[in-house]
Amino acid sequence: MERHRPWAEERACAILAEHQHLRGALLPMLHALQEEFGYIDDAALPLLAKTLNLSRAEIHGVVSFYHEFRRQRPGQHVLKVCRAEACQSMGAEALIAHIQDHLRIDFGHTSADGRFSLEAVYCLGNCALSPSLLLDDTLHGRVSPARFDALTAPLVQEAAE
Amino acid sequence: MSRPVVYIPRDAAALSVGADEVAAALSLEAERRGIDLHLVRNGSRGMLWLEPLVEVSTPAGRVAYGPVSAADVAELFDAGFLTGEPHPLGHGLTEEIWYLKHQERLTFARCGVIDPLSVEDYRAHGGFAGLERALTMSGAEICAEVTDSGLRGRGGAGFPTGIKWKTVHDAHADEKFICCNADEGDSGTFADRMIIEGDPFTLIEGMTIAALAVGARQGYVYLRSEYPHAADTLRAAIRLAYQQEWLGDGIHGTAHSFHLEVRIGAGAYICGEETSMLESLEGKRGLVRAKPPLPALEGLFGKPTVVNNVLSLCSVPVIMANGASAYRDFGVGRSRGTQPFQLAGNIKHGGIVEKAFGITLHDLIYRFGGGSASGRPIRAVQVGGPLGAYLPEDKFHLPKDYEAFAAQEAMVGHGGIVVFDDRVDMARMARFAMEFCAAESCGKCTPCRIGSTRGVEVLDRIIAGHNREANLALLDDLCQVMTDGSLCAMGGMTPMPVRSAIKHFPEDFHRPAHTQAAE
Repeated sequence: MERHRPWAEERACAILAEHQHLRGALLPMLHALQEEFGYIDDAALPLLAKTLNLSRAEIHGVVSFYHEFRRQRPGQHVLKVCRAEACQSMGAEALIAHIQDHLRIDFGHTSADGRFSLEAVYCLGNCALSPSLLLDDTLHGRVSPARFDALTAPLVQEAAE
Repeated sequence: MSRPVVYIPRDAAALSVGADEVAAALSLEAERRGIDLHLVRNGSRGMLWLEPLVEVSTPAGRVAYGPVSAADVAELFDAGFLTGEPHPLGHGLTEEIWYLKHQERLTFARCGVIDPLSVEDYRAHGGFAGLERALTMSGAEICAEVTDSGLRGRGGAGFPTGIKWKTVHDAHADEKFICCNADEGDSGTFADRMIIEGDPFTLIEGMTIAALAVGARQGYVYLRSEYPHAADTLRAAIRLAYQQEWLGDGIHGTAHSFHLEVRIGAGAYICGEETSMLESLEGKRGLVRAKPPLPALEGLFGKPTVVNNVLSLCSVPVIMANGASAYRDFGVGRSRGTQPFQLAGNIKHGGIVEKAFGITLHDLIYRFGGGSASGRPIRAVQVGGPLGAYLPEDKFHLPKDYEAFAAQEAMVGHGGIVVFDDRVDMARMARFAMEFCAAESCGKCTPCRIGSTRGVEVLDRIIAGHNREANLALLDDLCQVMTDGSLCAMGGMTPMPVRSAIKHFPEDFHRPAHTQAAE
């Protein structure tokens, strides 16, 4: 099942209208768009600019500043792996090497079959149970390479069906 | 037998190791045995190596079992855990566990004890007593009480909270704001997340007291996007607080109003810097602002604004409830009260240890932490986040105190302690500090934006063995420029982990190149 809807301008306009009353509305709007579509479509920029009475350049500046906002549709599942110090002290580097090898992608990329997008994060606040990763907003701790395989096996299975 | 009460945390760390599966198994097994179980989803007690920690209410107190997996559940029932009977996973009375018993929990007193989304439970454990008292006081009186308590900013800078509030109180403006900085981006810190998930009304109460103190009617919690679970809990708690009139217009029949909203960050570490956070709240790029003007005078949307860390605001209710002197009695020197220290990384007993200032690193790492998780010797600890110093064993006697740490070119920061065993390569950690700064710099000032990238390059040459002495001298010079010339702590303090690594672990920067060239 797809977690995100395909880009639809009408729906995007409705989302922007829902958030227009907020002060400093741009980030809440971007989050809502990404929640709905999985990324910030190019076509969203002029809509945001018009709604907020800002230039497209200003909108682009904000979208590109924050690591969280994607400009391309992500894979079916998003995997955010912690690279920060506490996870490093418990073998995050080896886990990352395993994941990259397993999915055959680097950070910031989506696997060729469209199943997984791999993103680097710096700290998930689970530093006493390192290494940690977020798989579609679910936090997992003490992730060994074997545990990673067990976590992702059902997802690989689901895609194969 | 009355209906047994069983606690299993809903904290994200507990969930990350299977708490939901254990909760489901407990319900299923109870049903199978015809037992009517009252399952409470509490916060975490902060003994994270024991998660998922199951607790059972008994006449003698709560009895703890952990770490429990779904597969252990049937056996626990067989052993009679519902009446607190012994089991290999049992730890006896929770409050008697050494780790918990020897803490001084003020800020975290309720965390893990109560149902985080029950106002009644919160009230029954002393919640809103501080706010009720504050409602009878003037703003100036509240500011004075907080100043008297000696509370200093728990985000890292250690600025006296009461004095900051007084500045906002004295400013004249048509509107003022309370902003809670919950952009807890430092690796090795998780106290903000834990208290938001385990006792969110404490934060709501603390922010409301701040609003009363300075005359603000609107507040924002800027929470990082990496904490989706905390965001859900906090939003649910805010809804409940509105329903029961602890937030909104006319708080509990008084003339006071306070509105609170959660805003989500977007993966920018720099937004933990207060002025960058304000820019982000305004919907802009998180570029650091030059100070002055202070946010207390010209903050969010140009209005006087209190910006406080989660832990500072969460310490306020207990100060108001018990009085300033009760809080000030904890601590040493100019570091008063308690700090929830966070033991992280390669540590056997990781978690929250709330103690008065003055406890030594050694006690935290060995007496509470139990040494390394790997069982190997501990070689270094990074204290105070990615911008904090790396310290070797011979500095572990240092007492946790803002001034004592500053004297050693280190910082207490947000209370995070990341432990590394003897396999750590400090040259690589120094390189990581520069790499992190290059990735997370907002780009406004040159020493930070360019300096961090040059820092990575110089460290690569040092690691590769190229002209080491000259490059180490160059790196030192670069660190000095970043320290002196950066606009905020990001560029200004990145040299701290780099220089401390070189100073305390020089051998890692002089290893034969071939052992490290494999990168």
